Amino acid sequence: MAGRSKGRGRSQFTFSVDALGFGRGDSLPQSTHTPSPLFPPMQFRPVPLTTGEEVDYMLALKQELRASSKNLPFHIREARTKTDVARYSDKYQNGEPKNSTIEWSPDWSRLPKELCIKVRKPRKTLIGAKPLLQRKPKVAAGKEEVLQKLETLEKREQEHHSEEEEEEEKKKQNEEEEEPNVDEDYDEEEVEDETDYIMSYFDNGEDFGADSDDNMDEAVY
Amino acid sequence: MTTQEVRLCGLLLQEHFGDVVEKVGTHLIRCGVLTLRALAHETKLALDLVKKSLCVLMQHGMCTFGAGRRGPAGPVEYRISCERILHMLRYPRYIYTAKSLYGDTGELIVEEILQRGQMTMSSTVKTVADRLTHNMPEGQSMDYSEVVSAFSQLVETHFLQRCPPVASTGSSNSGAVDTPPPAVAQPSEPESHPDCYRVPYINLTGQGKRRRSSEDGEADQRAAKKAKVDNNECGDEGIFWQVNFERFHLHFRDQAIISAVSCKLDQTSGEIVRTMLRMSEVTTPANAAFTQALSANEIFRALPSNYNIARPILDQYLTLLVDDPMEFVGKTGDSGGGMYVVNLHRALANLARATLESVVQERFGSRSARIFRLLLRKRHLEQKQVEDFAMIPAKEAKDMLYTLLSENLVQLQEIPKTPDHAPSRTFYLYTVNQLPTARLLLQHCYKTIGNLIERRLYETKENKRLLEKSQRIEAILASLQATGAETAQLTEVEEMITAPERQQLESLRHHINKLDSSENQVDETIFLLESYINSTQASR
Repeated sequence: MAGRSKGRGRSQFTFSVDALGFGRGDSLPQSTHTPSPLFPPMQFRPVPLTTGEEVDYMLALKQELRASSKNLPFHIREARTKTDVARYSDKYQNGEPKNSTIEWSPDWSRLPKELCIKVRKPRKTLIGAKPLLQRKPKVAAGKEEVLQKLETLEKREQEHHSEEEEEEEKKKQNEEEEEPNVDEDYDEEEVEDETDYIMSYFDNGEDFGADSDDNMDEAVY
Repeated sequence: MTTQEVRLCGLLLQEHFGDVVEKVGTHLIRCGVLTLRALAHETKLALDLVKKSLCVLMQHGMCTFGAGRRGPAGPVEYRISCERILHMLRYPRYIYTAKSLYGDTGELIVEEILQRGQMTMSSTVKTVADRLTHNMPEGQSMDYSEVVSAFSQLVETHFLQRCPPVASTGSSNSGAVDTPPPAVAQPSEPESHPDCYRVPYINLTGQGKRRRSSEDGEADQRAAKKAKVDNNECGDEGIFWQVNFERFHLHFRDQAIISAVSCKLDQTSGEIVRTMLRMSEVTTPANAAFTQALSANEIFRALPSNYNIARPILDQYLTLLVDDPMEFVGKTGDSGGGMYVVNLHRALANLARATLESVVQERFGSRSARIFRLLLRKRHLEQKQVEDFAMIPAKEAKDMLYTLLSENLVQLQEIPKTPDHAPSRTFYLYTVNQLPTARLLLQHCYKTIGNLIERRLYETKENKRLLEKSQRIEAILASLQATGAETAQLTEVEEMITAPERQQLESLRHHINKLDSSENQVDETIFLLESYINSTQASR
C-alpha cells in the first residue's frame, strides 16, 4: 500500500525504472505500426563462403546428383490423363509412365505384399523386319523354353484365341522365369504385332486387371 | 518433427523423387504412422501411385513398415524417418569422403549405392566397372576384381553394411493362395544381424564393358543380352547393401576434432589425436563419451613413422593436450607411461559452443559475442555485472543484451526476494543455456537451407526459358561436333545466344552455384549441432 502511493497519479511501470537504467525523461521506443520488413537491412555482412578444391568438387557432385536423380526410375511422375481422342499411335508410343506399373523391380520379398505392383517391361521401338528375322533363330538357339513359346505362338495364330487370354498367359510365363528376359518379351510383342492386321482391332490388354484397385486380396502380378 | 524439418524434408523429396513422393512423404511425416488405405484416402492420390511412392521410400531406407496397432492380423503400418531424409543433404560429403579414402572406385561404389538406396554386390560391381571403363582411354577396361576388392574394403571398415533381413512371421509363400492374412514382415536393426559386415562369396569375373555409340548399339545389345543370360546367378541374390551413415558420421566427428586440435595447438598434436582416434576406432562403441584408455607407450608405437618425435616430446605434447582448456584429451591413469583418453562428448560440446559463439559474433558483432561468452562461462549475471565484466559502457551493453534477448539467445531468470515478486525487489539474471540455444540454432539452420532451396527453385523457374534455350543449343552443338561440322556452322549456332543472354546465364549459374555451396556449408554446421545434441541425449 505504501509503495503504491508513490506513483499515484503519475506514470508508473511495473518494472523498477532504476534497475533498467533509463530515466523518466527518456522516451520509450516507438511502437510499431507495420510488420517488420521482409528483408531488414543487416548490420553486419555475412562471412564469404569458403572456397577451395574440396568445396568445388562437392558442389559439382551435388549438382550432378540432382540432375541424375531426375532420370532414375525413382522419380515418380503422375501419369497424364488422356484428354484427347484415343489414338492408334498411343499403342506404339508408350514412353509415358502409367500409374499402375512400376518402372524398376524391387525385391518384393522385402516389402509387404500389399505394395506389389506389376513391373513395367520397357517396350522397345520397332527396328524393322530384318533384325527380327536375325533375332529369332539366335534366341531360339538357346533355350527350350523359347522354342516352346514359339510353338505356342504358332498354335495361337492358328487357333485364333482371344487376345486377353494370350496376354494373361504370356505375362504368367514371363513371371515364371527368374528374370524378365527382355528378348522374349520383345519377340512376343513383335510377333503379336505382325499378326495385328489379321486380328481385329483391340485394346492390347495391358490395362486388364489394373483398374480393380479395390480388391486387395489379389496381388496383381 | 518441427515445422522447419517437415518443410525441408518436403523440399528434398520433391527435388529427388518428384511431387507424388513429396506429397506422400510429407503427409506421412505429419501423421506419424498410417496404413496404406488411410494414406491413399487422405492424400487423395491413386492407390497405385501411393504404392509406388512407398516402394521408392522403402528402397531408400526412409520408410519402414511394421505390424499395426491391431497386431499381425491387421493392416501394415508405415512410418517415415525424418532424419534419414535429411541425410540426403550430406550425400556429396559422403561421396567425397569415400573418394579421399578409397579413390575413384570407392567413390563410385558409394555414389551408386546412395542413388539407388540398396543394391546387391554383383550389380554394384558391374555398374561401377562399366562406369570406370567408360572414362578410361580406349582399349583399357576395369577388371571386376579391383572393384570387388574396393567393395570389400568398404565393408571391412564398416562404411557399407547389409540391409537388415526382413523376418517374416510364419511361412509366407507367394505361391500359397490361401485365406489366412499375409504374414507381416518386420525389418530389424541392421547391426543385430551377425553377418552384417560379411562379404558374400560371388563368382563374378570379367571386365567392365564400354558403352558404345548407337551405330554399334545392336551388336552390343545382343552381346549384352547374351552376357546377361550367362551371368544371371552370381551367388548373392537377396543380399542387399546400404551405406552405413553412422560410420560416416563417426568419421566426420573425428575429422572435426582433429582439425580443431590442429588449429588450436599445432599439426603434431593433431597427428597425435588422429593416432589415438585411429587406434580406438574398433574398440569404442558409437555413442561412447570417451575412447578406450590408451597408454603413452602404445601411442608412441602407433605414431606414423614419418613423425620422428622422441618419447619425452610425446609426453610433453600429451601433457599439453591434457592441460588445454578445451579438454580434448584427458588422463585417466599413470600405468604404461600414462593412460589417455579422447573426451568425445566434451569435444563435441566445445565445438558446438564455438559454433554458437561464432554465430553471435558474425550476426551481432564482437562485443555482443564477448557478452555471450561471458554469460556462457559465468552462467548467471545481473545487468550491472555484465556491464562490469564485459567492460562495455552501460548503454551499449544494455542495448546488446536486449537484442540478444529478443533473438532468444539469452534468457532472463527472475529470482524474487519477497513473495510478492515486486519488480524492485527481484533479481533479474541473464543466462545462456547451451543445449536449448543449440537446438534453436539447429532449427534456424533447417530454415536456412529451406530458404536456400526455395530461392534456387525460384531462380531456376524465373529463367526457365533461357535455360531451356541454352540446353537446346548445347545439344545442337554437341551433335554438330559429333558429325564433324565446320567452325563456321558452330559459331553460327553459338551466336544464337545473344551477349546479354549469355551474361544473364552466367550470372544465373553464379547465383545457383553460390546457393548450392551455401547449402553444403550450412549442412556442416547442422552436422556439428546434431552430433552435439545426440551426444547429450545418449548420455542421459
